[in-house]
Amino acid sequence: MKLQKNGGIPLQRPVKPGKTDWKEKYAPLLFISPHLFFFIIFLAYPTIYGIYISFHSWNFFTDAAFVGLQNYANILWNTDSLFFDYFWSAFRATLIFVILSVPFLVIIPLFLAIGINARPFGHNFFRALFYAPSLLSVVTVVLIWIWLLDTNAGLINYYLAYTGLDAIPWLTRAPWVWISLVLMTIWWTIGTNMILFLAGLSEIPDHLYEAAKIDGANKIQQFFHVTLPGLKAPMAFVVIMTTLASFNVMAQPQLATGGGPGYETRVLILYIYEVGFTGGNPRAGLAAAMSVILGMILLSISLIQFKLMTKEK
Amino acid sequence: MAVEDKSSKWLSFIFLSIMALFWILPLLWVLSTSLKPESQAISWPIRWIPETITFQNYMDVFVRQDVPILRWFWNSFFIATVHTALMLLFNSMSAYAFARLKFRGRDILFWSLMGTMMIPPVMNLVPLYGLISTLGWVNNYAAMIFPGLASVFGIFLLRQFFIGIPHELEEAARIDGASTFFIYWKIILPLAKPSLVVLALFTFMANWNDYLWPLIVTTSADMRTLPVGLAIMQGQFNIQFAKLMAATLFSALPVIILFIFAQRFIVKGIALSGIKG
Repeated sequence: MKLQKNGGIPLQRPVKPGKTDWKEKYAPLLFISPHLFFFIIFLAYPTIYGIYISFHSWNFFTDAAFVGLQNYANILWNTDSLFFDYFWSAFRATLIFVILSVPFLVIIPLFLAIGINARPFGHNFFRALFYAPSLLSVVTVVLIWIWLLDTNAGLINYYLAYTGLDAIPWLTRAPWVWISLVLMTIWWTIGTNMILFLAGLSEIPDHLYEAAKIDGANKIQQFFHVTLPGLKAPMAFVVIMTTLASFNVMAQPQLATGGGPGYETRVLILYIYEVGFTGGNPRAGLAAAMSVILGMILLSISLIQFKLMTKEK
Repeated sequence: MAVEDKSSKWLSFIFLSIMALFWILPLLWVLSTSLKPESQAISWPIRWIPETITFQNYMDVFVRQDVPILRWFWNSFFIATVHTALMLLFNSMSAYAFARLKFRGRDILFWSLMGTMMIPPVMNLVPLYGLISTLGWVNNYAAMIFPGLASVFGIFLLRQFFIGIPHELEEAARIDGASTFFIYWKIILPLAKPSLVVLALFTFMANWNDYLWPLIVTTSADMRTLPVGLAIMQGQFNIQFAKLMAATLFSALPVIILFIFAQRFIVKGIALSGIKG
């Protein structure tokens, strides 16, 4: 019986009382405890602590004062509150970014993957090239695009001038700011989704295409009746992960548009950052409440993914 | 491949080539700008090949006191290296226990941990900062090395791999009287090298490129990491695009080199992450 408890691993050597035994008995605990230590301190505890803070008024330094639902009221339904307007404008900005970016971030890599999967000349080079920007930090990417999109000296307006267009204020006027933010995000992140699609494509059996061809299906029909159904699993994964990532956008508007013009592109995490971490009197409670709300939205999206994935099996 | 026919190869090649221009040209333009004297960075008409090629921008960026880019480079490098080393050690230990040792509540604990992957990181931003500031870790490497170690993804990745390692070797070692730690260290880890490399690459790159967290937990110029420093540079160099592009390229150098040597592992790692769950 004792052996069973010790891991079900047949202990072949005689069980001797002493130091070694003690060590072996507690080995699992010793193995998981270093990670568990960091997990509890830096993940489990903060998650609960964050919800606690969201019911308090706090500036990180003085004692937190309990305010009940006031933080939530001020952002969600108290129309007299200044934060009400700012929060919903940030919410709107985040939604706009998600709706504008996700379709491109799914469709472009899908077609790149299909192109590469046909193994044309240089397909390894293409794969590496489209993936490469994903390795850069968001700051690097934004700086590159600020230079390209500069109204007066940028490369893009320079070539657009040939078509007779006036200089476009890419980073200072709506709707151009949205196009710019989506553009740099596409350039930066499509690589990961492309590789996920490539992995999915390689698992679609050849005989399905052969059969479709024999049935007289053309390329477009093959795409809709063989390729897309075959990519169902990676597609669900990609759509959810991309949606989550787009909800978490922050650095692109912060660095490229400053959240402007006005508050047009001040997305939720940027606003949370401004409320909680900038200025002389950070409002940690309010920022925590907004984080909890955004967190609940993201959590629901994750749960949908979880449902989809478990149903798959 | 079912798509072996010539026409789709050609079509794909043309489509990919056109798309490739949108990815290559920005990079070439950045390189070109960084090699121009500041006075020629903005010119009309545009010159793709600099009239005079100079490395002055790179020199200037290195010697400026207000933008200690080499110090930032070192900060990023030190933090990412230590963070990655600890992550590999702790995650592999944990993954080994969850994959190979038996103990009460093991599977419940494991799946509870995996469930926390769904907790959105943004929820921890404020409380984590509160904790870090209580610990006195603002402007301290510790704030950028330790909190990330709570992540559970690496345990998932490694456990999958450990489960697939045949039991025979381990059992033979046990008969010879090897301790659990010996088996983990001398048998399992060497066999798990490919998955460790994948985890190391992703951990290093994620930490190297992280922006929001280091932005929040550092306030003094010499404790910034490279991404945060670069963002500050944007303000300092305002419209000096040649210098800005030189700094940008310099900051991207390590990951570009890493990519050239480790592309195979990176591609495999992403494909692996896609089949999780």
